[in-house]
Amino acid sequence: MSVLRGLAAELFGLFVDDRSLALVLVVWVALVFALSRCGLSPTWLGPVLFGGVILILVENVCRRTG
Amino acid sequence: MMEWTQAGTPVVASFLASMVEFVEALTVVLAVGTVRGWRPALFGAFAAMLALSLMVLALGPSLTLIPLEALQLLVGSLLLLFGLRWLRKAILRAADVIPRHDEAAAFRGTAEQLRRAQGRRWLGLDAVAFSTSLKIVMLEGIEVVFIVIALSGGGRALLPPVLGAAGALLLVVALGLLLHRPLARVPENTLKFCVGILLSAFGTFWVGEGVGAAWPGTDGALPVLIAGFLIVALAAIPLARRRHAGALAASRVGARSR
Repeated sequence: MSVLRGLAAELFGLFVDDRSLALVLVVWVALVFALSRCGLSPTWLGPVLFGGVILILVENVCRRTG
Repeated sequence: MMEWTQAGTPVVASFLASMVEFVEALTVVLAVGTVRGWRPALFGAFAAMLALSLMVLALGPSLTLIPLEALQLLVGSLLLLFGLRWLRKAILRAADVIPRHDEAAAFRGTAEQLRRAQGRRWLGLDAVAFSTSLKIVMLEGIEVVFIVIALSGGGRALLPPVLGAAGALLLVVALGLLLHRPLARVPENTLKFCVGILLSAFGTFWVGEGVGAAWPGTDGALPVLIAGFLIVALAAIPLARRRHAGALAASRVGARSR
């Protein structure tokens, strides 16, 4: 049982290391999904998604080192 | 969906990512085998591989029942979480903000823990050795299975990432059999940096597909995303190093003035 519990905890850790990074990413993906349903041009969805992900990464690195 | 002519990127991404996972699993299995005996170490590893195979056989076909866009969104989001986590850590390691991963030190640490662990027997096997080996192979194996499924876009184009992962497994097992020691010379931090970039790019691509983005150049957008993540990650290393040095200097000045 403890092996299974350990595995579950480790599995969660695969995706979530820095909780704020994971949370902001999930919120950003949800926002881009909402934008796609609100009629944002499909041509813009990709660049907007990518730009947001890059900003999230750089902000997280800056916060960790500041 | 990706064509065979563009299968090279998932093969390489899967090979590199799986190699990192297999090297980590090999380190622990070698430590178990060396300290507590090869029989329970290998039994644990094979039991984990059997369990993983059953899991893939049971869950794999059900993936095709999920609508493609929903699956791409889910798998892409998970891949983005996974890839960005690796990339963030690789940037911080390259900037010397956090210590680099050292396979030889991991081997010594695991071996020491195993030496101190009390020996219980289960079905004639050393239970500590069996469960340690089972757990690490299961965990790293689940990561490999996830990477393969995610790189295939949710199981739709499985062959290229499966080939990449199989190649990595063969290489690591062959090196393990040949050397009988942890693969400390594998540039794991550099590999993780590259894999973080590749997985983040794939994650962004699949999330985009899932929300209905019209990527410029369709599948040709993937190399552009990879280049974008690479440029930003390379620029983030000196930035992180400067900011970390500045923060350390400020804390030293603060400590002296107190």
